[in-house]
Amino acid sequence: MTALVRRLWGPWGLVLLLLLIVAVSFSVGQYPVAPGDVFDVLLSRVFGFEHDVTPAAETVVLQVRLPRVVGALLVGATLAAAGATYQGMFRNPLVSPDILGVSSGAGLGAVLGIFLSLPVFGIQLLAFVCGLGTVFLVYGIATVARGHEPVLVLVLAGVVMGTLTGSMISLLKILADPYDQLPAITFWLLGSLASVNLGDLAGVLPAVLLGLAPLYLLRWRMNLMSLDDEEARALGIDTTRLRIVFVGAATLMTAAVVSVSGIVGWVGLIMPHIARMLVGPNFSRLLPVAVVLGAGFLLVVDNLARGLTETEVPLGILTAFVGAPFFLWLLASGRRGWQ
Amino acid sequence: MRLATDKLAFGYPGKPVGRDVTLAVQSGEILCLLGPNGGGKTTLFKTALGLLKSQGGAVTIDDRPLAGWSRRELAQRIAYVPQAHTAFFPFTVLDTVLMGRTPRMALFATPSQADREIAERALGDLQIAELKDQIYTEISGGQRQLVLIARALAQEPEILVMDEPTASLDFGNQVLVLNHIRALARRGIGIVLSSHDPDHAFACADRVAMLHDGGLIRLGPPREVVTSESLRLLYGVEVTVVQPAGADHPVCVPAIAGPA
Repeated sequence: MTALVRRLWGPWGLVLLLLLIVAVSFSVGQYPVAPGDVFDVLLSRVFGFEHDVTPAAETVVLQVRLPRVVGALLVGATLAAAGATYQGMFRNPLVSPDILGVSSGAGLGAVLGIFLSLPVFGIQLLAFVCGLGTVFLVYGIATVARGHEPVLVLVLAGVVMGTLTGSMISLLKILADPYDQLPAITFWLLGSLASVNLGDLAGVLPAVLLGLAPLYLLRWRMNLMSLDDEEARALGIDTTRLRIVFVGAATLMTAAVVSVSGIVGWVGLIMPHIARMLVGPNFSRLLPVAVVLGAGFLLVVDNLARGLTETEVPLGILTAFVGAPFFLWLLASGRRGWQ
Repeated sequence: MRLATDKLAFGYPGKPVGRDVTLAVQSGEILCLLGPNGGGKTTLFKTALGLLKSQGGAVTIDDRPLAGWSRRELAQRIAYVPQAHTAFFPFTVLDTVLMGRTPRMALFATPSQADREIAERALGDLQIAELKDQIYTEISGGQRQLVLIARALAQEPEILVMDEPTASLDFGNQVLVLNHIRALARRGIGIVLSSHDPDHAFACADRVAMLHDGGLIRLGPPREVVTSESLRLLYGVEVTVVQPAGADHPVCVPAIAGPA
């Protein structure tokens, strides 16, 4: 009975919950808009009919909230999908999307962009390129330093590169203008969707979809990546090639969203866990559930970020406040989806 | 189908484990590899399967060199049952067995109903059908070993390579697995297994190979190869091989000093 409830409730219940969160997100904030008005504004756009909502409310819904809601959904879903991929591939539940240095690399790119006073697009592009570049470098190092444990070498190389980029970020912070650039750098490194617009999101969407496609198509083979490398190969899997595909896909999509949102921690670490607790480790079910959970979680957190106080709280701070205690609870309660 | 090694040297670069091993196993035949722990049995298996780079000599499958086979082609014909199995995520037993279907599935496919039926049949063959919805990481070590054998059977292989398949099993399950091994060979599957127990060689093997210090010291039918003299060489202990009345095969009785 409970199994049946879980089966039916699981995926569709989550989607329903997500839609509810989306609806609420459009209504709440500094300028509340009645849910009915939100529907009128959005549907009138789609179907082209007249509505009698005030222009101010229309502006809030379309210009202010729509980009943020879409942004939170996109960033949360992407980070959760990438996290689920990395955790499966590295057979380690403590792994998050930035394990191979994509976030720290993107951080370095963005900080450099701010330091050089580049326009917003330039900062985003530099973040994206440096994020990809760092992981490329990590993979290169790991390939050269080949050992018996390809996965371990990869993780170690990622940790080292992460530290290195971290120190370069610190150096740039010291050199940066403390009144103008430093706050911008700090804000970027903590993540925010406050200034995201639909143009940015449309720009990164292709990269996200390009990354998501192989993850979905190869979802069964992803399960075998969590086996011992030799065992997976004995089952007919070309682990070297598949690892490149999965690392490439997860990195591409993470670098893309991080370039517009800044570094948002914890989503990619925690959401795959909850997804695994709900539907088990089979990637065919894990991936969609992680995507829905990640999208919903980041949307709720972003609502808190813009609604809690007069000034915006950076996203990264809130995700850590929610994520860290939750993770400790997971550890303490033994409700874990891993060994 | 024939899996053969010719003067195979195996090990790691700068750290050779064994050399000059010439062996072959055919469809329907059971070859048992005996040798002390750390004697290179696992390394030999992994090299013969192409999971480790060969350090010299050759491995051929139906007279075609190993390098000429893709991993997928190999996995359709040769299944490997590893020894110590660490699982990281709590897959169900059925999902674990279904992983054996991977070499027979298209690149982007997920298991079909037919794959599921084959996986369930493999579990049924080993009399563990009732485990299918249990969590692999929560069952006993012996049950896990049986599930891994089921996963190998789901590959529908022609040759099965088993690394110490009885090592983690209790007495009853050891007998069960040995019986299954015999039954699989009768179905035409060629089987190579390693064992730490010379009695198992008598119980199921057509031929026995003894691996000592990385070299092959004996190869032949169990009754010719497994003797007090060869066991002393292999393990450094005194053993008497006797044929009990009413038993199908001889057994090895080690000399253990009793109370004085």
